[in-house]
Amino acid sequence: MTATTSPRVAAAPARPAARPSNRMRAWATRAPLLPALAFMIVVTQLPFVATLVISFFDWNALYPKDRHFTGIDNYRQVLSDSDLRHSVWTTILLTVTVVLVSLILGLAVALLLNRKFPGRGVVRTLMIAPFLVVPVAAALLWKHVLYNPEYGLFNGLLHYVGGPQPDWISNTPLLAVEASLVWQWTPFMMLILLAGLQSRDGQQLEAARVDGASDWQIFRHLTLPHLRRYLELGALLGSIYIVQNFDAVFTITSGGLGTANLPYTVYQSFYQAHENGLASAAGVVVVIGSIIIATFALRVVSSLFREEVGRA
Amino acid sequence: MSALAASARSNRRKRGGTGLGLVAWLVGILFFLPIAWMALTSFHSETDAATNPPSFGASLTLDSYREFFGAGGGADPWPALINSVTASVASTLFVLVLAFPAAYALSIRPVKKWTDVLFFFLSTKMLPVVAGLLPIYLFAKNTGMLDNIWLLVILYTSMNLPIAVWMMQSFLAEVPVAVIEAAQIDGARLPTILARVVAPIALPGIAATALICFIFSWNELLFARVLTGVVAETAPVFLTGFITSQGLFLAKVCAASLVISLPVLAAGFAAQDKLVQGLSLGAVK
Repeated sequence: MTATTSPRVAAAPARPAARPSNRMRAWATRAPLLPALAFMIVVTQLPFVATLVISFFDWNALYPKDRHFTGIDNYRQVLSDSDLRHSVWTTILLTVTVVLVSLILGLAVALLLNRKFPGRGVVRTLMIAPFLVVPVAAALLWKHVLYNPEYGLFNGLLHYVGGPQPDWISNTPLLAVEASLVWQWTPFMMLILLAGLQSRDGQQLEAARVDGASDWQIFRHLTLPHLRRYLELGALLGSIYIVQNFDAVFTITSGGLGTANLPYTVYQSFYQAHENGLASAAGVVVVIGSIIIATFALRVVSSLFREEVGRA
Repeated sequence: MSALAASARSNRRKRGGTGLGLVAWLVGILFFLPIAWMALTSFHSETDAATNPPSFGASLTLDSYREFFGAGGGADPWPALINSVTASVASTLFVLVLAFPAAYALSIRPVKKWTDVLFFFLSTKMLPVVAGLLPIYLFAKNTGMLDNIWLLVILYTSMNLPIAVWMMQSFLAEVPVAVIEAAQIDGARLPTILARVVAPIALPGIAATALICFIFSWNELLFARVLTGVVAETAPVFLTGFITSQGLFLAKVCAASLVISLPVLAAGFAAQDKLVQGLSLGAVK
């Protein structure tokens, strides 16, 4: 892109008194960008600065007069409170499990869909559908229609084979949430990995096949290295969305049975417990976690992006 | 000899191919099964919906749809649906109006350090929603914007703007430079060039961007749950009314979930080819 635009810039008539008009032209170039940029800074950055400030105050919304500066007390409390610590652990466990399982399943499905077979387009459409159910609706579907111990589909099907009739959500609450999320996120991973598979070099594959390489050898030595960055991208984007997951936890277990993750805990501590300072400190902790993931995510996106730009 | 071995191998590969095709079908059906079961259950009566073992062949009825749309005297879903349409459509329009010129300034006529700007947009997407929720709630409470659908419109615009900027940047980068130069020589000004020259060429990309922004706004729950109440409640918030069991209500849950998911399913299938690009923020084509 830069390569195609620089000649145009160079071709612009050079004026002797360049300074003020150059600046004007620079602003004219920037002008279309400014509304979007200003909007983003005001709506997304200012609230975060406010959160950061509030996190240093002891502030319960029910006792507004007691508001006072406490330094890092809220953070000490967030990190020492066993419920909050537990929700940090839950968030990590939930994110890692869902991302890894849907990535592996997504890879398997993408490999299946990358071959030619009758009705491939139909199967692809069927596979995408779970991702296109409204998250709350999907969570309701799993909670009531599939998991219900008395008349849910799972126990209904188990009934046919004379199996047990477990109470899925009470017995394995976190697993129940994870399974519903894996169902929704496998299609996402599949789409990204399928795009990766289809961008492989066809001639290289053909050459390997002519040389007598087995399917497994081709997968291990050609496909997997090529897919590496697509796997990274899927894992990181998936992590960013699932670290923030609220809908599934809120709907399936309402944060009970030890499934409260950080977003749910933040929601609860200010919306129900009115602990503004504490909620803000927990929010800042979520942000720090996200920044760690995001740093890696940005690096991966950036390397894919530069390759795109280089190719153009 | 080696030719024979090769043909045997290719035969084995072909047979394996048919088998794997069947496996692919099986997996696709397995993933779709919960949705198919949800659809079937929504057409059953409440008593047929709550049986164990499940009644696959029970007679079909539209009762739960009638009930969902308020026939049984329950909550009327129309205000929530209309709020969702307002929030999704209005925010998508705002996103397009803001993102289109920005994408122009990041692709066709790029500002200095345009990649840095692009990555700033992306980084805002990585800031968790909960991090800004409390100040936004307090601001809304103090300015009387609580339970106002336009507050959600503003927030959804900020939620989708980075995605739209990234997607459109990659679409506009494909617009041939010569066409724009020709318009400039004819003396056209920037707004005219954007509207008359760039927009028509990039139209398929703009449409895909719009559909993906629509999906994300329609799905959003956390902001809507915290910032709306009776008046500005959106469809996902309406669905949260089904979280606690209310006797025999399975068919109604299915009908409600399906009706509220239909716009997303439709938009998603319409944007199928560009879905990956949108979801990966333009990183994968």
